[in-house]
Amino acid sequence: MDAAIIDSGGANLASLQFAFERLGAKTRVTADAREIAAAPRVVLPGVGSAADAMERLRRSAIDTLLPTLTQPVLGICLGMQLLFERSEEGSTPCLGILPGQVRRLTAAAGRPVPHMGWNRLEDCKADPLLAGLAPGTYFYFVHGYGVPVCELTVAPVEYGGTLSAVVRQGNFWGVQFHPERSAASGARLLGNFLSL
Amino acid sequence: MRFRDHRVVGDILELASRYRDEGADELVFYDITASPEGRSVDRDWVGRVARVLDIPFCVAGGIRSVSEAEAVLNAGAEKISVNSPALADPSLIDRLSRRFGSQCVVVGIDSGRASEGYRAHQFTGDPGRARESGRDVLQWAREVQERGAGEIVLNCMGSDGVRRGYDIEQLRAVRAICQVPLVASGGAGEIGHFAAVFREAGVDAALAASVFHSGAIAIPDLKRELRFAGIEVRP
Repeated sequence: MDAAIIDSGGANLASLQFAFERLGAKTRVTADAREIAAAPRVVLPGVGSAADAMERLRRSAIDTLLPTLTQPVLGICLGMQLLFERSEEGSTPCLGILPGQVRRLTAAAGRPVPHMGWNRLEDCKADPLLAGLAPGTYFYFVHGYGVPVCELTVAPVEYGGTLSAVVRQGNFWGVQFHPERSAASGARLLGNFLSL
Repeated sequence: MRFRDHRVVGDILELASRYRDEGADELVFYDITASPEGRSVDRDWVGRVARVLDIPFCVAGGIRSVSEAEAVLNAGAEKISVNSPALADPSLIDRLSRRFGSQCVVVGIDSGRASEGYRAHQFTGDPGRARESGRDVLQWAREVQERGAGEIVLNCMGSDGVRRGYDIEQLRAVRAICQVPLVASGGAGEIGHFAAVFREAGVDAALAASVFHSGAIAIPDLKRELRFAGIEVRP
């Protein structure tokens, strides 16, 4: 197995598995804490509400396991947001692995919320997850909440204000966009993750 | 397209792969006879499409319940789109957005001009059952947003299939009250129509079917021209 995909109850599990499958990687969707702990890499996906996802992680004791993991962990979309301390979505306490808060996006003229569609990364810090992906690369975003730019931001995205598109602290990475639906650039990023 | 015909499903995969390779940003699969026939979309093809597609796609047609939506999303679709079932039971939008988040709940509106303003139509996939719902489009567009729709696809029936351009006036009217992404549908006939609807109606995306299916417009040409016109598009 190349990576464990945590069964966070979201609906994008199939598309994520298919994306890894297209790269020739073997993944397992699981909520089993032992299996997750033993996996070489762990993906925390998430679609839906922060409270539902946290409740699900708590039920299988994955909320206490995740902070102890030392292998590469990739949070995707809501999965990235859950890595932080708290989300404004339902004022939900999250995993607290990364310092910071998840904020509700505010709609503005020409910037409807949710932020839905293709958008490009601004300046990127050098990071193995983004190897071969230059600033200006487009990824597919779908989210109504976001992480403000902070010292963990590896690549920001402009949408009304500037938000974190990619974050990293040690072995924990998070991407706000959906690499599994981001065509060739998404495949490259997932491929990079598999070589971490 | 007849989704229940296995031969045709093969064609869907081929078409989907072709559009992916040509640079389409998103695909929408409409099973337009699902609602009038009282059936839901088959799930089988959704999984097969999800396996080959690496761009987002949305499935529309006869989704009347949370569990039907869940099956489609679990099979790998990014979003589901509801139209006639939402007109019949608007609370469906609340239930879907509570369960899955508004980001994957699209509401499609088939809009026709009335003597005054615009009216939403129902069951438009079947000429025998298509009818005006009695709902004013602007009011309905406001209501679906309050109920949790994350995107609105406005299909202007008057211009649909005519290829004389999108209904800019109508799209502008909806844009003015629409806080969520708005997708223009109906009327694309030439590349200039796309540029016009982005510029003049301020929509977030433009949807077209027949001009792509027939090969009248190739997606790479369209994107190049849009870029040339100063409209930001994904390369």
